[in-house]
Amino acid sequence: MTLLTIERLEARHGLLTAVRGVSFAVDKGETVALVGANGAGKTTLLRAIAGQHPIAGGRVVFKGADVTPRTAHARARMGIALVPEGRRLFASLTVEENLLLARSAGRAGPWTLEAVMEAFPNLKARRRSLAGALSGGEQQATAIGRALMTNPEIILLDEVSLGLSPLVVGRVYEQLGTLKSSGVAIVLVEQDLKRAMTTASRAICMLEGAIAVEGATADLTHEQVTQAYFGLRRAAGHGAPA
Amino acid sequence: MIFLNQIIQGVLLGGYYALIACGLSFMFSVMRIINLAHGSLAILAAYALFELADRFDVSPFLGLVVVVPAMALVGAGLQRAVLERSARGGLLVPVLSTFGLSIVIDNLLFQQFGADTRSLAPYIGDLSYDSWSLTDDIAIGKLAALTMATAIVLLGGIQLFLNRTQFGRMIRATAEDADTVGLVGVNARRVNALAAAIAMATVAISGAFLAMRATFDPYAGALQLIFAFEASVIGGAGSLWGTLFGGIVLGVAQSLGASVSPQGFFIAGHVVFLVALFLRIYFGDFGPRLRRLARRPA
Amino acid sequence: MSASPVVVVERWTRESRVALAVAALAAVLLALGPLWLSANLVDRLTTLFVYVILAVMWNALVGYCGLVSIGQQAFFGLGAYFAVRLADSGLSVYPSLFVAAVIVGVLSLPLSAIMLRLRGGEFAIGMWVVSELAHLLVNLDTLINGETGTSLIALNAYEIGLRRALTYWCAFVAMVGLLAVVFVLLRGPTGAAIQAIRDNEQAAESIGVRVTRAKRTIFVLAAFGAGLAGALWVATAVTFQPKTYFSPQWTAYMIFMALVGGLGTFEGAILGAVVFFAIEAWFGAFGVWYLVGLGAAALVFALALPRGVWGWVEDKTALRLLPVGYRVKFLGAVGLAPNDPAS
Repeated sequence: MTLLTIERLEARHGLLTAVRGVSFAVDKGETVALVGANGAGKTTLLRAIAGQHPIAGGRVVFKGADVTPRTAHARARMGIALVPEGRRLFASLTVEENLLLARSAGRAGPWTLEAVMEAFPNLKARRRSLAGALSGGEQQATAIGRALMTNPEIILLDEVSLGLSPLVVGRVYEQLGTLKSSGVAIVLVEQDLKRAMTTASRAICMLEGAIAVEGATADLTHEQVTQAYFGLRRAAGHGAPA
Repeated sequence: MIFLNQIIQGVLLGGYYALIACGLSFMFSVMRIINLAHGSLAILAAYALFELADRFDVSPFLGLVVVVPAMALVGAGLQRAVLERSARGGLLVPVLSTFGLSIVIDNLLFQQFGADTRSLAPYIGDLSYDSWSLTDDIAIGKLAALTMATAIVLLGGIQLFLNRTQFGRMIRATAEDADTVGLVGVNARRVNALAAAIAMATVAISGAFLAMRATFDPYAGALQLIFAFEASVIGGAGSLWGTLFGGIVLGVAQSLGASVSPQGFFIAGHVVFLVALFLRIYFGDFGPRLRRLARRPA
Repeated sequence: MSASPVVVVERWTRESRVALAVAALAAVLLALGPLWLSANLVDRLTTLFVYVILAVMWNALVGYCGLVSIGQQAFFGLGAYFAVRLADSGLSVYPSLFVAAVIVGVLSLPLSAIMLRLRGGEFAIGMWVVSELAHLLVNLDTLINGETGTSLIALNAYEIGLRRALTYWCAFVAMVGLLAVVFVLLRGPTGAAIQAIRDNEQAAESIGVRVTRAKRTIFVLAAFGAGLAGALWVATAVTFQPKTYFSPQWTAYMIFMALVGGLGTFEGAILGAVVFFAIEAWFGAFGVWYLVGLGAAALVFALALPRGVWGWVEDKTALRLLPVGYRVKFLGAVGLAPNDPAS
């Protein structure tokens, strides 16, 4: 059952087109990996889906409704959650306050404060600490927890492993496993190709704002994705060095 | 003994300053805008209460039941019509637009009510001059005490509201990052309108107490703005309790200055403000440091 | 084989050369004012010159430094006060005007050490407090006698026609002088520094712009200018009542002139002064409604058109009358030589 459909989406930064004519769909409960080099347009795409970035063309259809004209907070209330690049926690609020704030989305569901604490035990001790005083892993857990507190139907994760040590990244991915089993659809931006391919059932590789290659992770080879990532296949015949 | 009385009067005056500064400080910490029309809006509220008292025999305290919500609505409207757009325009626009607004309000009030000074004192009976005599030299005015009590309750109430309620969390989060706050379902525009409404509600209350303890005229807003600003700066911008401290320091300075000469009242206040400013600039903001010390056992 | 384009950097445009010629002609005509204009017109032009000074000075502070001050009336009032004081103590009246302005400029120097550390609304109200304090201190002077004030009695030494002419010439020289100073400043390294600061202070600092020094220069100049304006005003009005000179209404006028004319544009300040002068002439009689109109205009322009009328003109037409910027011209696209008339 299709949850989210992106149709020929376009987004700009001033005069630069960051996302050009991107189309794809995400099913209920599916995990999709979004990969691509820096500047490929992944963050802009996620922000546009969440409502934080203005859409210059195309549509975002969620649960059958066209949400393109809707604000970010309206989309959060419908069930789209974004864990933004850089976490963007409210540093002057405590962990607990950051989580409780997300109740403003007004959605009922399995994710309560206790449930989030259970899923991220490393936060239990830091409940009353200011979000600005947390370690990287704790911040990431809080950011994901905050998105979960809105009880979303789809969660967009932008670079969860950024700035985290491998050990901590491992733990975050373990927690993502719990998330997958809860039936929430996930769109995951990840620099680490191997992790992306093993965690997701489908992968989309972006290059310079457009989709370079797309398919089930079982069907795509590592090499296919790498080539698309760097634009190597496209290079043949254009005179630019391969 | 007389000296002690001066100080006590100054402290009580500080209660009024905390009240008028509260809204200014609150709006600044939430929206990063200093509303130069702040004083004029307090006078607007004072005139509204005066009209209710003069024409309909409504006691100022009862009048607040109408005026406070009305001013809250004005605040929300102001936020949408002026402040939101001003904040987007950069650092200069809010100052220019709110100053322009203050001129419009002052002169419209003059147009409507003329130059005569007014006061709410006649409408609160004995309260305007009753006092408790502690000794021969020391007296505590009942109105002044009520003002101080109101200030403490209001400041405490707002602090609790900010720290313990969901709306309070929404306001604090929006103040910090209005962009991200939408991701968790918070409507930033509505939250800012709410914050402006709260600020204006406190302005209405301070306008009431100003009018009860003193006289006012259409152009009295400027001075109230200056006092509110001075109290906020002396107390350390961004802290509600600091506003009370700043108000008291200002009140005491003015009170002691007044014992020297009538202009001494104003001169002492301005000088203390400049000294506090100087200290803050060259030695840093004491407020946050004190607060960090208080938070230490986390 | 393509020739690389030649880049030429120029400062003057044809329009600016024409404008300068027109301005020079106007200046000559105005300089001869008292000789061929009616007494009434001479008086009114004197007022206009003072408005231009106020507008250009406030605009320099705001538009080029990004500092909104609600307290320039402090310097305006102090300029008038010192002029009265100096004249009273024996110095000749007209030199007193200029010396008074110098004193104000000097006083503003230590003040800048504190005030320039403030930003936005804090700076604005902080300056307002300074003006209130200045007002109170001036009132303490027994010569001024509180709000009763006093007069520039020394002016009586001059016959009225001569007084009018001398005041006019002082105002004219002051205006032209200050305009020239601002113009030269803006064209020079300080000007570039100031505009860099206005656009992005941190970035400016990171490339070595002496931010504090540039701001201080403008601050002191603006104080000097406002002080001179105040001294000139007392020379025309003769009476000095502190309440009138230290009123924030002067800032309201300055805001109106700068906003309507165009914040941060040299031409805009002059235009704003002219517009204000005209509006005051027509609507001043409406009393309070006139003030409401000024406030409302400031509000609307701040929200909708902060770059004012001149800014709007500049945006629509790329017209630059006064050459304070640089224009980069690419001559010689492929094949064209630099001096080719086609480029």
